[in-house]
Amino acid sequence: MSTPYYVSPDQIWEDKKDFVNRGIEQAKEVIVLEYKNGLLMVAENPRKTIFKMSEIYDRIALASTGRVSEYEALRVAGIREAEIKGYTYYREDVTGKWLTNLYSQHMSAIAQAWDTKPLEIELLVCEIDGLSSVRSQIYKITFDGTYEEKERFAAIGGKADSIIEFLENTYQEELDIKDAIQLAAKTLESIEADAPDSYEINPNTIEIACLDATLDRRKFHRFTIQEIDEILGNAS
Amino acid sequence: MLKLRDFESTDFFEILKDRHPDKLGDWSQLNGTYDSNNYNFLEGTTVLAIVYKDGVIMAGDRQATEGYQVGERRIQKVYKIDRHSAIAVAGVAGPCIEIAKLFQVQIEFYEKIEGVPLSLDGQANYLSSLVRSNLSLAMQGLIVLPLFSGYDLKNNVGRIFKYDALGGRYEEDTYYAIGSGGKDARSTLKKLYQTDLDKETALKIAVEALWDAADEDIATGGPDLIRKIFPTFTIITKEGVSEVPEDTIGELFQDLISRLVQS
Repeated sequence: MSTPYYVSPDQIWEDKKDFVNRGIEQAKEVIVLEYKNGLLMVAENPRKTIFKMSEIYDRIALASTGRVSEYEALRVAGIREAEIKGYTYYREDVTGKWLTNLYSQHMSAIAQAWDTKPLEIELLVCEIDGLSSVRSQIYKITFDGTYEEKERFAAIGGKADSIIEFLENTYQEELDIKDAIQLAAKTLESIEADAPDSYEINPNTIEIACLDATLDRRKFHRFTIQEIDEILGNAS
Repeated sequence: MLKLRDFESTDFFEILKDRHPDKLGDWSQLNGTYDSNNYNFLEGTTVLAIVYKDGVIMAGDRQATEGYQVGERRIQKVYKIDRHSAIAVAGVAGPCIEIAKLFQVQIEFYEKIEGVPLSLDGQANYLSSLVRSNLSLAMQGLIVLPLFSGYDLKNNVGRIFKYDALGGRYEEDTYYAIGSGGKDARSTLKKLYQTDLDKETALKIAVEALWDAADEDIATGGPDLIRKIFPTFTIITKEGVSEVPEDTIGELFQDLISRLVQS
């Protein structure tokens, strides 16, 4: 019987991190930022039916970058668990932090299992109207289940760091929806500026959704191409 | 930890049955037909739906009875389901409200997972299976009956679906009323109904039908002028589901009363 090679736990972990990061570096970015009425989510996405952000529950949305199939499974599982919790207790008892923990436990268990590959995704759990002390909460979850709380804006995807850098200099509070979308579009363009295949933001290549506190019970709204056209067109 | 099994299911009721049967009613413990004097549960009474030119109006009185007593004066019997549909329930109040809640969660659950709303026919069919799931309760005489209405965006018309205790689904294209005062409300609707009604006339007819139901049927509640409790009216059109404000309903009943006093 042959003895298996010894590989240190550190090395295994480093390998998994490298594996995921190679995927995430390629992934298109998602920007989430707080505006006057709630949270705005923007991503470059030319697809018409496969989305990067979606509604989970009344006040909660999920944005993701990376492998679509893995995101879909987590999205559906999140909706299901949220509905079961809301059905058992009360709708307002379903919170972003609870959902974040749920995803975090799941992703960390998969990342630590010896016989599976880690999930090649990053998530942003977005919530408005939760605790009275804060207007909105953004939780960023990485493949190993670690998560952090973000204030005012957050980004995931390959160039997330450049986005944060750009927003730190340009972000303003209390933006209205048009200005917020303009800012997000400008941010996306800026990080692509020196790329060889740089692109122009137009309504067909951008996906925009928001959690709007002024809406009824379901705060999630996905902008149609016509709506985006109006907003982007009026400004130029 | 999350379990990804059955993640493809769009049936919330199925998931609950599978994972949390304790959260659904188990009626197998009930035996024999019931006699409402010996049990402590509420029963809801009259609800109606009427098609008019821009959609459907659904209305329900606010009373629930407990045997020969008034059990509740402010119960709600009409519930919004999605942007273009609503359900009204009559029968044993507890399971009735639970079915309405479960149905609403299911339709929204489907919409979120699929990314498109469930069609009106799809919703009506699904409700059949929910009513059927209460079969053992129905066999004890504890009936739960819904009346379901919606705006059909494909055909631009308001539609009404009624059900029987075994889950049978039947469509009505003009009006319908169920519950203990349902028959009385239907008589009034039958006399007054016309095609292509405008909203004001349709509301007036619905008000009169509920009045007659309350007049003839002891379990149905009329307008409570002292406590200012009025039946609820829900309007479903292309634009969505909206509630008629309480003041407007109060005026409509006042108009009807003064007309009845004069004649």
